[in-house]
Parts: sequence; structure tokens; C-alpha cells
Amino acid sequence: MGEAFSLALALVFSGDADLLEIVLLSLRVSVTASVLACLFGLPLGALIAIGRFPGRNAVLILVNSLMGLPPVVVGLLVYLHLSRSGPLGFLGLLYTPTAMIIAQTILIAPIVAALSRQVLEDLHTEYADQFRSLCLTGTQTVQALLWDARFSLLTVGLAGFGRAVAEVGAVIIVGGNIDHLTRVMTTAIALETSKGELALALALGMILLVIALGVNAAVQSVRLTAMRQAYA
Amino acid sequence: MIARHIAAVAVALVAGGTAWAQDSILVQSTTSTANSGLYDYLLPIFQNETDIQVNVVAVGTGQAIRNAENCDGDVLLVHAKASEEKFVAAGFGTARTDLMYNDFVVVGPAADPAGVAGMNDIQGALAKISEAAAPFASRGDDSGTHKAEMRLWSSAGIDPTAASGEWYRETGSGMGATLNTGIGMGAYVMTDRATWISFNNKQDYVVAVEGDPDMFNQYGVIPVSPAKCPSVNADAAKIFADWLVSGEGQAAIAAYKVSGQQLFFPNAPEN
Repeated sequence: MGEAFSLALALVFSGDADLLEIVLLSLRVSVTASVLACLFGLPLGALIAIGRFPGRNAVLILVNSLMGLPPVVVGLLVYLHLSRSGPLGFLGLLYTPTAMIIAQTILIAPIVAALSRQVLEDLHTEYADQFRSLCLTGTQTVQALLWDARFSLLTVGLAGFGRAVAEVGAVIIVGGNIDHLTRVMTTAIALETSKGELALALALGMILLVIALGVNAAVQSVRLTAMRQAYA
Repeated sequence: MIARHIAAVAVALVAGGTAWAQDSILVQSTTSTANSGLYDYLLPIFQNETDIQVNVVAVGTGQAIRNAENCDGDVLLVHAKASEEKFVAAGFGTARTDLMYNDFVVVGPAADPAGVAGMNDIQGALAKISEAAAPFASRGDDSGTHKAEMRLWSSAGIDPTAASGEWYRETGSGMGATLNTGIGMGAYVMTDRATWISFNNKQDYVVAVEGDPDMFNQYGVIPVSPAKCPSVNADAAKIFADWLVSGEGQAAIAAYKVSGQQLFFPNAPEN
């Protein structure tokens, strides 16, 4: 532990160029995947929250279950599609950061959809009478709900980001852990573990934790500032 | 309308992904060559001379071959001769060339529960391990090392999988992960020597069985065939494969050492 801690400090303060590259790619892939997952997941969550359509319950159960998608299964499915012998092979996307973003988006979009559905449905129940009296259209209702729940939805986005930045199963299959191209924090940790470099692996784990902490702190400060302005 | 906006943003975000550089190749490789640091040593030398970017995906030999059969790679560098020859015979590879060799060893705890330390007869050692029912951790993942291990068990007339889950434990993982697991439970493990020398979590483990000619470990290199896979970068793949087996590439392989020990011994046929 102590060795790993001092290694982590040494890595960070030496400004290791390889480490910086890996950290930046991790952030780029997982932040992009989180934004994309929100773009797809939030409208879907809202639709299930306020929509009344046949099969709604089935969709709800399906989306909730997909929160438990194993990353390695997502990785495999994306691999089979992006492989040169797969239906999307002509795009040449396998073993690129784009493939990793696609896999993580698929992995966390259900989490965003399922959690936002719960948040929005609760809020909708609370505001239902008001919305009816204002005769809002469906789109207006969704917009009002998304705006009002924005602070809670930020946490939903963070849950997605947390899952994305921590997973290794999907990105190692579709990214290939290629040095200077698709190596991210989690695949680097897996590699160092397999080399028996346990202290270095743990040091990288600590750095990953600090990065996650930094992202959460940044979002929290944005949220506090915005809340202060909103309710001042 | 909203859907169109979402699609536009999604495309913009994803399109930021790096496209492949024009002259780059992808090597589907066994893990031992990557984990031992061989590529970190070889590739800068090669890339200095040619401007071809070499990207390496390191997986078990079985998976590497399957990936290459899916056309997801330009060069295959693995260590399971029979499977490699099948790969070429099926038209996936242009030609297979011997590249280099080292050997397999069986590592075990200093306590040596099966009493095999110092043996150089692998069949005899495996028989003693199975008689003592001493824990043995196998890759169990259809890798080159796993195939070699199964071949040795079978030549010793033993079917260890009958004791699977008892003393015979198949981890289904890579070499490093299997070493970590095996060492954690005091099991014997068969590994290629390169991975063992560069492995950094040895604890009280030592090489127990070595030196049997049957534990020879041959690596081969095969460019993926453009006839079967039109998407491959055939020219660059051939340049890389030719360089590896050239006098210069072979000398570079021989020059790579970890803690003063040579890990791979070049043996490409002279042209």
C-alpha cells in the first residue's frame, strides 16, 4: 500500500507523459460516452416516466434490467458488429477510441434512462395537477420536467460516468489496449496486474480514483453555483 | 426534430475518434511477447527506419488467431505451430515463418509439495504432480501455452481435466493473471520463460522443472492474406514481417534482455 502510494505520487509529480496520455484518453472516452448516454437516455427516461403506452411496464423492466449489462458482453456485441467480418466492419472502427465510446455509451445509456425515469416520474406525480391546469403539451411537459430535475439528473449522469470510467471488460475487447492509441486507465491497470507489477497497478488505481473525485468535485461545484443562482 | 438534433450531436462527438494513420498495421499477438516488453524494445527500432506505425493487440494465441480470421489484424505473431499452419492452409495467412523460440518452465512454491524441483523430465514431473494431487493452475484459455500444456499432459498419459476444480484449476485467464492466481494458492504453473523472467510478483516461487526438449516454445510470424481480407495493409505487413526475420530484426530480438537474461532466441531460416 505504502509503496503504491509513493509510486502514485512519483508518477503524478514527474509529469509522466504516458500517464497523462492514458488519463486524457480515459476522460475523453468516458465523458463523451456519458454525454451521449444522456442524449439518448434522458429522453427515453422521460418518455417512460410520463408516457402511457401499451407495453410500458415491459419497457420499464427491460431498461431496469439492462442496468446490469455485463461490460464484457457489451464489448463482445460491439466487437462482433465492428469486426472487419461484421456488418459494420467497413467503417474500420474496431480498436479505435470511437469503438470504446460506442461500447461505453451502450453500457451506460440504460443506467441513465432507468435512473432518470425514476427521478422524472416522481417529479411528474408531484406536478401533474399543475401541468394539467396549464394544458402543456407532451414536449413542453418533458422540457419542464428535465429542467426542474436538472440537479438530480446531474447525479444520474455522474452515475453513468462512474460506471464508464471504472469498467474494463468492454474497452479491452473493442479497444485492444493498444499502447498510445486505445490504452486507458482500467486496461493499463489490468496489464500491470498481469505483469505482476502490483504496486504500479495499485498506484494507477489510486490515480483513477483521484480523477473520479476531481470530476465529481467539478460537477458538484457547478451544481452548487447554479443552485445558488437559481434559488437566490 | 429532437431525434435529429441528438443524432447530429452524437455524430459530432463520435467523429472525434482517431482514424487509423495511413501507414499503420495491427499485430494480433500472444501476450508473452507484449508483457515481457519485447515490443517496447523492437518497435521503436523498426519505426525509426520505416515510418510504419505498429499497433499491438496482445491476447492469447487462440483469440489472436480468431481475431485475425475475422480480418481484424494485419500480422499474426503467436506460438502454436499446428494452429498457425492450419491458419495458413485455410488461406488466412500468406506464409508462416519461424521467428524465435524460448522454452516453457514449470514454476512452483519453494516448499515443492510434489517433489518435482530440479527435474528435467516434464512427463515424469506431471505424473508426480497428479499423483500427489498437488495444486496445478492451468491457463485453460486455448492459448499457445495452454495448447502446449495439454499436449504435455497427453504425452504423459494423464487427463488432468478429470480433476478440474480439485487439484487441477483452470483459470481461463492470461499468463500473468494465471501466475498471480497460481502463486496465490500455492499451485504449480507452466509458463513461458520470458513471461516468468519479467514477472514481478514471484514471491517464494522458483523454476521447478526445466530443460526438457519437449518444452520447446516456437514463435511464428504470419502476414494476414489480402486475398481473404481485402482490408489488410498487406504491403506494410510484409515489410514488418520481413524485417523481423531479417538479420537486423533477428539481432534486435537477440539483444533484448531483462535482468541480464535473454528472453527470446531468434531462429528464422536464413534467406
